Amino acid sequence: MDTILEMKNITKTFPGVKALDDVSIKVERGEIHALCGENGAGKSTLMKVLSGVYPHGTYEGDILYDGGVQEFKDIRDSEDRGIIIIHQELALVPLLSIAENIFLGNEISENGVVNWPATFARTGELLKKVGLKENPATLVTNIGVGKQQLVEIAKALSKKVKLLILDEPTASLQENDSQKLLDLLLEFKAQGITSILISHKLNEINRVADRITIIRDGKSISTLDARGGNITEDDIVKDMVGRDMAHRYPDRTPNIGTEKLMEVRNWSATHPLHPERKVVDNVNIDVAAGEVVGIAGLMGAGRTELAMSIFGQSYGTDISGEVLINGKPVDVSTVEKAIASGLAYVTEDRKEMGLILEESITTNITLANLPGVSENGVLNDGAERSVAEEYRNKINIRTPNVAQKVMNLSGGNQQKVVLSKWLFAAPEVLILDEPTRGIDVGAKYEIYTIINQLAADGKGVIMISSEMPELLGMCDRIYVMNEGEIKGQLAAKDASQEAIMRMILKA
Amino acid sequence: MTDTETKSIGYYLRTHIREYGMVVALVAILAFFQVLTDGIMLKPVNLTNLFLQNSYIIIMAVGMLLVIVGGNIDLSVGSVVGFIGALAAVMIVNWDLPTVLVIPVCLIAGAIIGAAQGYWVAYWRIPSFIVTLAGMLVFKGLTLALLGGASVGPFPDSFQAMSSGFIPDFLGGFIEGRFNVFSMTLGVVLAALLPILGLRSRAKQAKFAAVEEPMAVFVTKHAVAGIAILFVTYLLSTYRGLPNILVIMAVLIAIFTFITNSTTLGRRIYALGGNEKAAKLSGINTKRLTFFTFANMGMLAALAGLVFAARLNTATPKAGLAFELDVIAAVFIGGASMSGGVGKVIGAVVGALIMGVMNNGMSIIGVGIDWQQVIKGLVLLAAVIFDVYNKNKA
Repeated sequence: MDTILEMKNITKTFPGVKALDDVSIKVERGEIHALCGENGAGKSTLMKVLSGVYPHGTYEGDILYDGGVQEFKDIRDSEDRGIIIIHQELALVPLLSIAENIFLGNEISENGVVNWPATFARTGELLKKVGLKENPATLVTNIGVGKQQLVEIAKALSKKVKLLILDEPTASLQENDSQKLLDLLLEFKAQGITSILISHKLNEINRVADRITIIRDGKSISTLDARGGNITEDDIVKDMVGRDMAHRYPDRTPNIGTEKLMEVRNWSATHPLHPERKVVDNVNIDVAAGEVVGIAGLMGAGRTELAMSIFGQSYGTDISGEVLINGKPVDVSTVEKAIASGLAYVTEDRKEMGLILEESITTNITLANLPGVSENGVLNDGAERSVAEEYRNKINIRTPNVAQKVMNLSGGNQQKVVLSKWLFAAPEVLILDEPTRGIDVGAKYEIYTIINQLAADGKGVIMISSEMPELLGMCDRIYVMNEGEIKGQLAAKDASQEAIMRMILKA
Repeated sequence: MTDTETKSIGYYLRTHIREYGMVVALVAILAFFQVLTDGIMLKPVNLTNLFLQNSYIIIMAVGMLLVIVGGNIDLSVGSVVGFIGALAAVMIVNWDLPTVLVIPVCLIAGAIIGAAQGYWVAYWRIPSFIVTLAGMLVFKGLTLALLGGASVGPFPDSFQAMSSGFIPDFLGGFIEGRFNVFSMTLGVVLAALLPILGLRSRAKQAKFAAVEEPMAVFVTKHAVAGIAILFVTYLLSTYRGLPNILVIMAVLIAIFTFITNSTTLGRRIYALGGNEKAAKLSGINTKRLTFFTFANMGMLAALAGLVFAARLNTATPKAGLAFELDVIAAVFIGGASMSGGVGKVIGAVVGALIMGVMNNGMSIIGVGIDWQQVIKGLVLLAAVIFDVYNKNKA
């Protein structure tokens, strides 16, 4: 086996922070090499050093690639040498076609005039390679996230890739899309393409990775060989967090009330742009005090749409149905009224819809309950800060200062800020939409602990998640949703991933 | 002073460089022209003129700040200035209506104009650039129509007093040309009041958590502000006292600083501009807020229109031409962000003063209107580059 890439003793400092401290990693030609670590461990920084985002000279250490020391000046430089990185946030232009996106910046052209027939023909070939059945002229905005991911990969293939780096490619994908993507990686491996896979999903890593390098706090901890099949998820987790994780989910003794705390009856909503499409169709769900109820389903099943339409009609048109809290119908027609009725909705997209990134932790935490820190519309600075300090201590937001801007926090801490915001609004029922998306194992455990505490305090929790083990580990009861309808419900003790899948697929 | 304290002062200043940087720039520009104009710049009569000349820009900059922080822009304010001036002239000169009636009617008309534009922006989600560009054309046309293409004037004294009057000297016997004791007293009271209020708010904060602003910064800030206030009021008192318009401006600045810093309304406007979706999902009525910022802007533009007409003592079809550009430039020089959610009232005021001092200073030393524009343009660009540079460095 020869080595395609070796990064030796890489150290990268930002003002005041050592993001990478003497990190080394060795990748062999033709393997799938997984890179693991908690959020903020330095995985993305390492890849940015490799791809030239941080050019030669801004870091210490050497990059040996394809037989020589490399001094990349920028991304283009590393791309020319066959290193292609696909970022977590996709870099596609929504209103351009698939073909235009694939050849963006790399157009098939002569004297500046694009050769469209060749472009489309070549796109067709690339799409076949990644197994995407779409017309090259389709606009990227009209295809799902899973397919967009494939377009990104096709774009990488168009550039004669030797080393493909995927930064959390399956973070926003559904189970079946993820599987397809992983199969594709295995196929590339067979064709001799080397990949580096950054992922939080340990089962995926276990499935495809040949070797695993684990980074913690900016240092390389270990490289495990997974080819023998004797590496368990616990081995990886142990190195990632530096301690044993006996349980992925905190223990909890449910104390579920006998009355229904919230009940949603005959709830329907239609797509705002396609009035003929019923996105939520006659849904009936309920949750009791002290209960954690899950909603399982595939992407596009209508779960987020259900939650948002209930929460102040934030999604959809032609909304009908009834919401009852403690047996009495409540008005949830605006977000303001929904909050006043005792509802809270923690969005799945914390950066776009949950936080004001430019503002401080304090400002974000009090945003949904400004009357709680003001008198006659005049804010009380001191009260605001003490609220922020309270939540910082209570749910362990890691920051030197609550005046810190939220954009400087890691994903897990950002999520804790969003949760704090809603805890401060003192709701009866919390709808948590993918509460642990894109955050690391340690922070997930903390979020789970908060959820359990909420239930113990007698709140009702509705949890939407695409990670079935999470639902199975956390919930008392799981609703299964597909194509806008509730297909059934399972008690936690009867539920299994297979049972949920069967219920989804049952027509 | 201990080592950690010095460090935290350095950290505080670095994170707040924009706020203090602009004030330093203003002082530097003032000093520069003071030297270049052989001391004319800070002569009482020139200082008085400086405030009179820039009052309408500052008044509108305060409103524009809210609009821009909310994530929008208002291009129509220049035309609204012209239109309201014309409306006032027609009502007062042609119809002989009393000033006390005309002023509130004009302010309400301005608020309605702002609201009418805000309605389309807020409830129909039509981009504010388009709506107010349309408003700019519409009200420019209506001004012409109202005035029949000619100037209307002059105004009675009661109306002119708004922009060219001075606070009478209640304490010094109302004698023109003598040192204005009452004005000076007002300055002293204000200079004493600010640190007292500041200390009170610090004490209130300290009850809950450590105060973020280091004491040394607090003391320096208030010392500089106090000296500036005393110095300016002293100079003005040796001439004719505080202009009425300066008092109006000071009150407006105080009100809007309070709204933006200390009220839930202000906080919500920042949230709206910072992330509209997140604000909406936090139960904030984003539409109503947007609507409010425009109605407010319209009213302040009307006030500026009255002040401007009173100053010229006539309403002309050309009044207000291109004012919107000066106002918007002032807000951006003052550190507001194009994408919304960031900006301070004081910043916008300082931005307007920087533009005003440059206009005034360059005119005194005889720089032509051509080069004045070039230089002002470059200053705007430099201020925004400074912003972006600071942001990238952080």
